[in-house]
Amino acid sequence: MEQIFVPRVLPVKEYFAPGHRGCQGCGPALAFRHMLKALGPRTILANATGCSEIISSPYPLTSWRIPWIHVAFENAAAVASGIESAYKVMMRKGKIPQERVNFVGMAGDGGTGDIGLQALSGALERGHDMIYVCYDNEAYMNTGIQRSGLTPFGASTTTSPAGKISKGQPTWKKDMPAIAAAHHIPYVATACASYPLDLYEKFAKAAKIEGPKYIHILAPCPTGWRCGSDETVEIGRAAVESGIFNLFEITNGKKTLSLKVPERRPVADYFKPQGRFRHLKEDDIAYIQKKVDEDYELLLSEVE
Amino acid sequence: MGKLTGIEVSIACSEAVTLCDVDVIAAYPITPQTHIVEHLSEQVAEGHLDAEYIKVESEHSAMSCCVGSSAAGARTFTSTCSQGLALMHEIVMIASGLRLPIVMAVATRTLSAPLSIWGDQSDVMSERDSGWITIFAENGQEVFDLTVQSFRIAEDERVLFPVMLCLDGFHLSHVIEPIELESKEDVQAWLPPYKAKYRLDPDNVLSMGAFAMPDYFSEIKKQQNEALRGTLPVIKEVFKDFGDRFGRYYEPVTRYQTEEAETIIVMAGAFAGTARLAVDTMRAAGKKVGLVTIKVFRPFPFEEITEALAGAKTAVVIDRALSVAGPGGPMASEIRSALYHEQKKPAVVSMVGGLSGRDVFQEQFIELVERAEACVASGKIPQYEMFGVRE
Repeated sequence: MEQIFVPRVLPVKEYFAPGHRGCQGCGPALAFRHMLKALGPRTILANATGCSEIISSPYPLTSWRIPWIHVAFENAAAVASGIESAYKVMMRKGKIPQERVNFVGMAGDGGTGDIGLQALSGALERGHDMIYVCYDNEAYMNTGIQRSGLTPFGASTTTSPAGKISKGQPTWKKDMPAIAAAHHIPYVATACASYPLDLYEKFAKAAKIEGPKYIHILAPCPTGWRCGSDETVEIGRAAVESGIFNLFEITNGKKTLSLKVPERRPVADYFKPQGRFRHLKEDDIAYIQKKVDEDYELLLSEVE
Repeated sequence: MGKLTGIEVSIACSEAVTLCDVDVIAAYPITPQTHIVEHLSEQVAEGHLDAEYIKVESEHSAMSCCVGSSAAGARTFTSTCSQGLALMHEIVMIASGLRLPIVMAVATRTLSAPLSIWGDQSDVMSERDSGWITIFAENGQEVFDLTVQSFRIAEDERVLFPVMLCLDGFHLSHVIEPIELESKEDVQAWLPPYKAKYRLDPDNVLSMGAFAMPDYFSEIKKQQNEALRGTLPVIKEVFKDFGDRFGRYYEPVTRYQTEEAETIIVMAGAFAGTARLAVDTMRAAGKKVGLVTIKVFRPFPFEEITEALAGAKTAVVIDRALSVAGPGGPMASEIRSALYHEQKKPAVVSMVGGLSGRDVFQEQFIELVERAEACVASGKIPQYEMFGVRE
């Protein structure tokens, strides 16, 4: 991705309105903004319960300049399925005009990979023409930074605290893009708001593909990751440049890297600004580095 | 005048849904609801019904899909019961809070444990605070007619609430009855196409399902409560209009032989058919016994119930559900509460039975009346009793 980022190539119009209640430096909010710039106004979004919903819809206010619905925590994929099916049949019956509308289901890492996994699997398997978005800030941030199945190994959260006999989260991060890809859907991608043009392009591409699409966004959360609110973008970059989070696409089963890092940075660079990894000792970091190296080699062997 | 047809009640329900030209069905199979969704699948597969049938992976997703579909403006139907209804509970409440006119047929069945596939009303009773219009059918004809009427009620702009139509699992869902099936033309002439007042539409941007802080929640809940209570006149209006068009009239509370009745049996659902025979037998023997059936359970028909029971000395309320270690029969508990401040009211005797597919025979109804009258005469009225149970 040796491109020059020119801000003017992105649409000026904002569909995620300023004035929302996200924390300073909110990674997810940055991602939503660019996501909606790519998808545009003919988009309907079903939002799971979580940070995204709480910061954007305190009655009677809303940050959403597209039709938007929140129902519950674990069912964004099912709600989006219902909306997509309704539009499909109403268009077929001539009740509403034929047009291309983007149907989006969105949840955080917990709402996607833990409590919402069943509904997501059902929706992907049924083949709805929709985009499912997981904005991954790696814990239940809305309720106060509790661990999820997507919290990375070693991260200290309020329910996986580092302590005398604990090194924080004891399990490796659940591989959601692989789970989504196992449904043999036409498009799976990972993205990060630190790479806004890449994120934008992936949504623009997904909007043109028929069938289920899954986009997984790493979205740093300064509050939960215990870092400065001005460090969101840099931490996202360090995640990608260290290979701890990789940008790729799987289009019709074909996996391609979006960004090949010439020389990966050590994971310690990524950990250093984040309080949630502060307790890790050198040998812990070496242990994680080894796993990241192995995973990255595996990834390289998979891409074409 | 419709065509009198011998047909399984579940199939008749599906036929009614087809005649109503629903747009979206999202359902997950569970005994004894299966024949309803199987027949609807066939209707779609054969091209008799142009609908999207979403074959979901759970009831939770069934109701979630229905919420999405209805919010998008489509006429939406689902069906479930028992564990399935319990699994969807979270979203059942949200469907009402979002004021979405979904219609759901519930082939009422026991809740586990012990696991039992057989029928009673414990599943529906567990949803009684969910904010749905709740209607009980007594026979196959009522299932057909009330399915059609449910859409008209739910989608009325003065209503906009989901409707739960309860038909007793097996005792109704799996029996074949002679039912007058109306024609597609007649049903569609009576039921206008659904045009949503509010829907998810890129041309009219709105947010649905915002969260409420304590400074708004109570007001919103009060509005929901008043709105649901206020649907009773519309329900009656729809019942009357249906009667005028098709010749079969419905009421929120039905009275049978209640004139000068000293004892009245109160209940809902299919077992009332047997109670009717028992009333005939007792009347023939000179006993002043009547029957009141509750057709509309939510909104609770306070006036209709108190009026229907005002002249009686004893009301025997029969529940096919048990509020465990609580007041016994949930319906009895509500009726007792509704009558509490009335000057003229019967003593309420709560009888719980017919659980999990256990039949209640004509003779048992007679025994229940005698037992209730004896309790009232002795002045010792139990909080509730379970009947037809081995010691």
